[in-house]
Amino acid sequence: MFDYVWFDYNFHWRSALKALPDMLGGAWVTFETAALSMVFGVLIALLLTVMRQSQNPLARGVSGAWVSVARNTPSLFQIYLLYFGLGSFGLHISSWAALLAGITFNNAGYLAENFRGGLKAVPDTQMRAARSLGMSAFKAYQLIIVPQLLRIVFYPLTNQMVWAVLMTSLGVIVGLNNDLTGVTQDYNVKTFRTFEYFALAAVLYYLIAKAIVMVARLLGWRLFRY
Amino acid sequence: MLTTSLTSTDLLFMLQGAWTTIALTLWSMLLGTFGGVICGLLRATLPRATLPLAWVLDIFRSVPLLIQFVLFNSLKSIVGLDWSAFTVACVVLGVYATAYCTEVVRSGVLAVSPNVRRASRSLGLSYWQDLRYIVMPMATRVAFPGWLNLTLSVMKDTALVMWIGIIELLRSSQTIVTRIQEPLLVLCIAGLIYYFISLVVARLGNQLEKRWQEND
Amino acid sequence: MIEIESVHKSFGDLDVIKGVSLTVEKGEVVSIIGGSGSGKSTLLMCINGLESIHQGSIRVDGVEVHDKATDLNQLRQKIGIVFQQWNAFPHLTVLENVMLAPRKVRGQSRAEAEEMAIKQLTHVGLGDKFNVFPGKLSGGQQQRMAIARALAMSPDYMLFDEATSALDPQLVGEVLDTMRLLAEDGMTMVLVTHEISFAREVSDRVAFFRDGLVHEIGTPEQVLGNPQRAETADFLKSVL
Repeated sequence: MFDYVWFDYNFHWRSALKALPDMLGGAWVTFETAALSMVFGVLIALLLTVMRQSQNPLARGVSGAWVSVARNTPSLFQIYLLYFGLGSFGLHISSWAALLAGITFNNAGYLAENFRGGLKAVPDTQMRAARSLGMSAFKAYQLIIVPQLLRIVFYPLTNQMVWAVLMTSLGVIVGLNNDLTGVTQDYNVKTFRTFEYFALAAVLYYLIAKAIVMVARLLGWRLFRY
Repeated sequence: MLTTSLTSTDLLFMLQGAWTTIALTLWSMLLGTFGGVICGLLRATLPRATLPLAWVLDIFRSVPLLIQFVLFNSLKSIVGLDWSAFTVACVVLGVYATAYCTEVVRSGVLAVSPNVRRASRSLGLSYWQDLRYIVMPMATRVAFPGWLNLTLSVMKDTALVMWIGIIELLRSSQTIVTRIQEPLLVLCIAGLIYYFISLVVARLGNQLEKRWQEND
Repeated sequence: MIEIESVHKSFGDLDVIKGVSLTVEKGEVVSIIGGSGSGKSTLLMCINGLESIHQGSIRVDGVEVHDKATDLNQLRQKIGIVFQQWNAFPHLTVLENVMLAPRKVRGQSRAEAEEMAIKQLTHVGLGDKFNVFPGKLSGGQQQRMAIARALAMSPDYMLFDEATSALDPQLVGEVLDTMRLLAEDGMTMVLVTHEISFAREVSDRVAFFRDGLVHEIGTPEQVLGNPQRAETADFLKSVL
């Protein structure tokens, strides 16, 4: 009942569905990679944000260059540079490492820009009010500024996470074969049932993306009550 | 790396690739803007009735572009369309751009306050006149930065068309890398070209925006 | 006691305070009036070290505010300040706003801080708003919450920086009432204000600021009722 004839093509949905367990395994790798790239991306973005505000011209330059390259070149280019480029220094990394590093680089650049905008959106007077109550600068950041910043950057963070998931599909171009696209491509090469397998992959990507948005929305409701 | 096997022919090859990148961007943004304006206006004026449209467009924003290329490409062979890879790329990127452009246009139109529209209608403008002379010009200004961002991101996303066999900038660099084995140099040149295109587009956009602001 | 001695302060090329001296005794209420840009708000920020000074000295209970060795966080605990733009912390409920500093700065227990917060909030008339977020309050209510927030630290001094000037006219009264209560309780207060009649009513002394200097100072009857200098009279005429 899964097989239709359309034009001169037989759709073989049943055999595609047999690949589902393997593809779900790939989907998990995809999700893990994206999540990991977000964790590192957020940490680096925080560092870049601090560096951007610093007095040191070198720190400002590095962070400015990072953000600018991350935002103005294709993410696939960034992955390429890490995969092939590092080889020039005798540093050969696996396709997964190149993918993770590339997406992390990209995430960090975009998020740093979001954090900067977010910091601007929290009025200076909040800092003043906090300090006037005797809080140290650190406490003021921890208790007053960062919680408000979190709400402002929450939506962009969710978006970036979805993008990170979509970007992991680029791993296949540098030879990754155990993420969702990689597993799908493996089946495709073996069977040439391109449409069926990739349609199934598309559905899985869609579900991952929607699940992230949904979880983020629930989390947002819980976290931001104001 | 003072000595290099990179020849001027190679550079020319890369520039040709860059031209393909630009051409792809232009065509798909043309499609995307056209589709985005129509869908965006529909979404803004009939939000309830066009909800299914929003769902469909959302799919294109939630599935990796690479997969969209592969799917459409194989669908093309299934249906038996005799389209070139370039056309396929433009259509897929165009639909992808439409999905994003719709949101840009919609939020631009919604940003025009109802009071302004009431004011223009109270002057006797018809619904369409109001849309044409008041809403669209105002919405364009609001939406323009978003549209510019979209253009830049579509330009970067064109890199993925290498997967369906088009030789654009990144693919042309890869070809050269395979031959002369100097990945860092070649990729850096490719990166600079991307960076340069981004910069020019952003600069042009900002100038346009500034000119509008002077008139405000 | 707050002792301000020939303080100078500038923002870039702009001299905002050009040698102000003023002493506020314990239990005293001093109002500072004057046109915008006369440096009165800036002086208030200098008293608790939110702004630096370039010359002169400010001592609070004998402690030099602008000495590098001074622990400003310690000092600020006994100087409450209420801002023009109330500055409620939007991500915390009214009760949490008031409890935050006593718990995190003073290190009080939750129960202790809560008891104090409830007392102060009830005192300013927000007894029914504990679990509301500030965004849901009117400007006047937010400002009263800000007063309670400052009072929860049991400060010895309260500074008010144009506490009512960003409020809708009909909300000014409730905030002034709260401030009046505080003055009657014997709190040492310095208020920068545009409410001349309120200043006359609650102050022990009134200082008229002009051009970064104390132009005239004395009892409300003297300064407001019978100003000795032409500029003071002109200013009073312009605001009344």
